[in-house]
Amino acid sequence: MKIKVLYLASLREQLGRPGEDLEISPAGSTVAGLRALLMARGGAWQTVLAQGKALRVAVNQEMAQPTTPVKPGDEIAFFPPVTGG
Amino acid sequence: MPVRIQTKDFDAGAEVAALRRDNPKVGAVASFIGVCRDANDGGAVTKMTLEHYPGMTEKALDKIVSEAKSRWEVMDVLVVHRVGELKPTDQIVLVVVTGAHRGEAFAACEFIMDYLKTRAPLWKKEETPLGARWVEARSSDDEAAQRWEPPKSSAA
Repeated sequence: MKIKVLYLASLREQLGRPGEDLEISPAGSTVAGLRALLMARGGAWQTVLAQGKALRVAVNQEMAQPTTPVKPGDEIAFFPPVTGG
Repeated sequence: MPVRIQTKDFDAGAEVAALRRDNPKVGAVASFIGVCRDANDGGAVTKMTLEHYPGMTEKALDKIVSEAKSRWEVMDVLVVHRVGELKPTDQIVLVVVTGAHRGEAFAACEFIMDYLKTRAPLWKKEETPLGARWVEARSSDDEAAQRWEPPKSSAA
């Protein structure tokens, strides 16, 4: 299925891109599954998205959990804990 | 629109005047302005860049404002948050809450800031003499937000 992935703030710099359109296997049909697929790219992907890293994920601009489903056409954003105000 | 994300500066006086204009029921206006400091974590800050997630940031702030309005007896709320490049002494964020009485307006204003700092997708990158660095989230901000959580139900 096709999805859109965004990497924001420090993650964009560490991963070297602002986002990408992806065609993913059913293994990526949850937030945790997608994260694992991206980590499997190795290198910076593996370290930046590693479990235990303070990381937030939004699906269609709503905060998500590891179990949140990822469906065709969804926009999934990975970003660090927020620091506005 | 109770929520605005913008690069340009804001005039707090004009925003307050506009928010309470022609409303004789307003007896209290509580406001907060966040300002860019010249130091953070013991180091000098020469400049900062604020980034947001267009679309989600506005939605998240709208949700925080709605929750404040449901929890306290307040009338109108305005949140203005700047993004882009800012330098020390620049204004960053404005929250204004109007209501009949000060207690509710103060509480709602503080709640909105605490939730904004922990739930609205905004990130600061600081320029320092040693180079640029992304600001780390603070646990004290999480603690500030947690005090507004409703008590957990004791029902099993």
